[in-house]
Amino acid sequence: MTRFSRLVLGMCAASALVISGCGGPKDTEDAGLTLHRGNAAEPLSLDPHQANGTWENNIIGDMFVGLFTENAAGEPVPGMAENWQTSEDGKTWIFTLREATWSDGVPVTAQDFVFSLRRILNPETLAQYASLLFAIKNAEAVNSAKMPVEALGVRAIDDRTLEILLEYPAPYLPGLLTHYTSMPVPAHVVKEKGSEWIKPENIQVNGAYKLTEWRTNDYVHSVKNPLFFDAENVCLNEIYYYPTVDNNSAERQVREGRLDLNTDFPGQKLEFLNKQLPGYVRVHPYLGTTYFSFYMKKAPFDDKRVRNALAMALDRDFMTSEILKSGQIPAYSLVPPGVANYPKGAMVQWSGLGLEERRAEARRLLMEAGFGPDNPLNFEYIYRNTRDNPRVAPAVQADWSDIAPWVNVTITGTETQILYANLRSGEFEVSDGAWIADYNDAQNFLYLMETRTGALNYSRYSNPEYDALVDRSNKELDMIKRAALMQEAEQIMLDDMPIIPMWYEVNRALVDPKVSGWVDNIVDIHRSRYLCMEDPIK
Amino acid sequence: MFGFLVRRLLVAIPTVFLIISLAFFLMHAAPGSPFDLERPIPEAIKVRLAEKFHMDEPIITQFGYYLKGLSKGDLGPSMKYKDKTVSNIIAEGFPVSATLGLSAMGLAVLVGSLLGGFAALRQNQAGDYAVMGLAMTGISIPPFVTGPVLALVFGLYLGWLPTAGLDRGHLTFTHLLLPVITLSLPQIAIISRLMRASMIETLRSNYIRTAYAKGLPGYAVIIRHALRAAVLPLISYLGPATAALLTGSIVVEQIFALPGIGRQFVMGALQRDYTVVMGVVILYATLIIALNLIADLLYGVLDPKVRYD
Repeated sequence: MTRFSRLVLGMCAASALVISGCGGPKDTEDAGLTLHRGNAAEPLSLDPHQANGTWENNIIGDMFVGLFTENAAGEPVPGMAENWQTSEDGKTWIFTLREATWSDGVPVTAQDFVFSLRRILNPETLAQYASLLFAIKNAEAVNSAKMPVEALGVRAIDDRTLEILLEYPAPYLPGLLTHYTSMPVPAHVVKEKGSEWIKPENIQVNGAYKLTEWRTNDYVHSVKNPLFFDAENVCLNEIYYYPTVDNNSAERQVREGRLDLNTDFPGQKLEFLNKQLPGYVRVHPYLGTTYFSFYMKKAPFDDKRVRNALAMALDRDFMTSEILKSGQIPAYSLVPPGVANYPKGAMVQWSGLGLEERRAEARRLLMEAGFGPDNPLNFEYIYRNTRDNPRVAPAVQADWSDIAPWVNVTITGTETQILYANLRSGEFEVSDGAWIADYNDAQNFLYLMETRTGALNYSRYSNPEYDALVDRSNKELDMIKRAALMQEAEQIMLDDMPIIPMWYEVNRALVDPKVSGWVDNIVDIHRSRYLCMEDPIK
Repeated sequence: MFGFLVRRLLVAIPTVFLIISLAFFLMHAAPGSPFDLERPIPEAIKVRLAEKFHMDEPIITQFGYYLKGLSKGDLGPSMKYKDKTVSNIIAEGFPVSATLGLSAMGLAVLVGSLLGGFAALRQNQAGDYAVMGLAMTGISIPPFVTGPVLALVFGLYLGWLPTAGLDRGHLTFTHLLLPVITLSLPQIAIISRLMRASMIETLRSNYIRTAYAKGLPGYAVIIRHALRAAVLPLISYLGPATAALLTGSIVVEQIFALPGIGRQFVMGALQRDYTVVMGVVILYATLIIALNLIADLLYGVLDPKVRYD
C-alpha cells in the first residue's frame, strides 16, 4: 500500500464518521471491475437500427458485434466474420461467420444478418441512418420502397456463410461494417417481441455486455455477457453509462472519482485540467472538420474570387490557439490528416502565405470582383449557438471586416437543428457547420461536395470534373491509384473554394489513469471490452 | 365551501384546455421539426415518420388526434426517444423532480419564514439588515453559480458530499443535500422578504395593539395573532412557486446530473419533441391549478374574513 492510498483510506474512515459512504456509489465488493463511464448524452434509442449518435454507439457497440468490429485503437478487425473472400470486381463479398451464440445460447447465423440488414433497410423500420448502407446492391431502391426487401443483395448461403453484393466496389467495406447500422439483431427475439425487443427484460446480445437497466437521464447499466465469444479476455464486469450533458459537472465527477472517465471536457479548461489532473487529459485528432459553406447559387458567392478572398482572410491560428484552445488544428483542406487510405491529402494553394499577405490578396480579389467603397460587400454569417461557436463568430466577423472597411458582416447565432435545416434548404449566405465522418475513409468527406449528394452539399457545389474523379475513385480497386484520384479531386474542389475549411476537430476525454486499455484514436471509439481497471489499492 | 370547490374545478377544465391548445400551436409554430437532424433523413423515411405521427395532416387534425389520445389518458410516444413513451419518461423523471422540489420548498419555507419573522421583529436594526442583505445576495446569485461552487467546496475540496448524481437511481439524503440547498437559496431569499414585509404590516395593525393592550405576552401575540395573518401573502406565493419547483429546475438538474423532468422539458423543446413538451406542460398546468386551489382553501382556514360563497 502506498502512502497516498493509506492517506485516502484514512480520510475515508474519518469522513465515514461524519456521513455514511465514501467515494459515492462505487463502494461495492467488485469496485475494481465496475466502470463508470461518462457518456455525453442520453441515448434516444439503443436499437442499432434506430440510433444515430456517437454516445448511443458507445453503448450499442458494447452489446452487439457486426461482421467487423473495432480493436482498442479503433481499427477495423474481424468480428463475427472469421474470414472472407472478395470477387475480382470487388462487388461480391462472401463471409464465413465464426461459431458464436446470442446471450441466450441461440447460435448467431447468417440468417440473423440477412434479417438485420433487411430490417434496417426496410422503409417500415423508419431507420434514420439506413442510407449509410446504400453501397449494398438494391439498398437504395429497397429503402425508398421501389423494390421489395427480398431484392436486397444479401443472402445466407448456409448458416455460417453470408454473401453481400455491392453496387460498386467499396474497398472501405470492413470499416463500414463496424458501424452500428450493420450490426446484427437477434432475429428470434425481434420477431417475437417486436419493438419491445430492446427492453432489458427481452434483449439478447452477441457482444461483450448485455443491457440490464435503463433509467432515463440517469444511467444505462450493462453487465458482462458470459457467452460472448471472447468473454475470457473481457476484464470489466459491469458498465454504467451516464448522460453527462453538462461538461463542467462531468469534470467535477471525474475529479471526485465518481466517474472513471468522461468522453469530453470543457475545451477552454485544457491547461487547468492538465495541472489539476495529470495523466487524465486525452486529446486526439478526430474524423471531423469544421468548415464554412457559401450558398453558391446566389451572388456574390457564385464568384470564385469572393469565396477565395473570404477564405484567405481568416486567422485560423488565432482561433484554434486563443479561442478553442484544445488542440484543434487549423484546416486548409476538407479531409483531416490521418484518415485511412488517404496518405497525402490536398491543401489550399495559399496556405503558406502569412496573414498580412493573405489579407492584401483578399482585398485585391474583392476589388477585382467589383467591390469597393462605392459597392460594399454586405452579407450574413450564421453560426450554431452551441459549444465554442458563439465565441468564434466575433473573431470571424473581425477578420472579414479587417479586409477593408467596406466589408460588412452581420453575425447571427442559430439553434443547431435550425441551422442545418437552413443549410439543406439553401436559406443562408455563409454559415458554419461541421462534418464528423461515419466511417474512416476520405470518400466519406469527398462525397459531401458531389453534385448528386443534394441537400447535404450545402454550397450546391457542382463541378463535373470533380464528380467524375470521385466517381472513378469509387470504382478503383488499387488503393494507391484510388488515393491519387481522390487527392486530385479534392485539390480541384479546394481551388474552387465552395467551402472554407476552418479547423480539424479533436476528440477529448478525461480518463482516470487507473483505467487501462484506453487508446486514443481518430474514430473516437473505445469499446468497454478492451478496458480494465488497475487494482485500486496497490 | 363544497360549492366553491366544484366551481373552481369546473373553471379548471377550460383553463387546462386553453393551455394545452396554446402550447400545442405555439410548439408547432416554432421553426424546424423533430425530424430535422444534423444528418438528413432520407425523404422517403421522413414522409413515413410524418405519417406515423400524423404530421402530414393539417395542424387542426393533428390537434384532434392529440386530444383524442389525451382523453384516453395517452400522452403518446416520444418523437425522439424511440424506445419510450411520454408517460414512461414523466413517470421516471417526475418523482426525482418532485422530491427535489418539495424538499427545497420545505427548507425554504422553514428557513425563509424564520429569517423573515426575525428581521421584522428587529426592523431597521442590525439583525434586520444582516438578514435582508443575505436575502438580496440569495436573489442576486443565480443557481448556476451557487450550484457549482457548493459542488466544488463540499464535493471536491472537503469531500463530504457527492458532487452530482444519484446513488444508482436512489434518492439519498447525501445526494440530494447540495441540489436542495442550491434550489432553495433563492426561495429562502424571496420568502424571507415576503415574510418580513407582511409581518411588519401586521404588527402595525390595530388588533395587534389591542392584543398587547390586553396584556398578552409578546410570543403569544406574535405566534397566535400576527403569524397567522402575516403568512397569508406567503401562501398565495407558495402555490405557483411550488408547482414550478416540482416540475424541475433545468439548471440544478443539469449541474447535479439529476434525472429530473425539468431537464427533459428544455431538451424536448430544443429538439422539438412535441409530445414530451406537451406532457410536461399539462403536468405543470394541472399542478399550478391544484396548488392555487389549495392555497385558496388554506386562506379560508387561516383568515376568518374569507368566506367561500
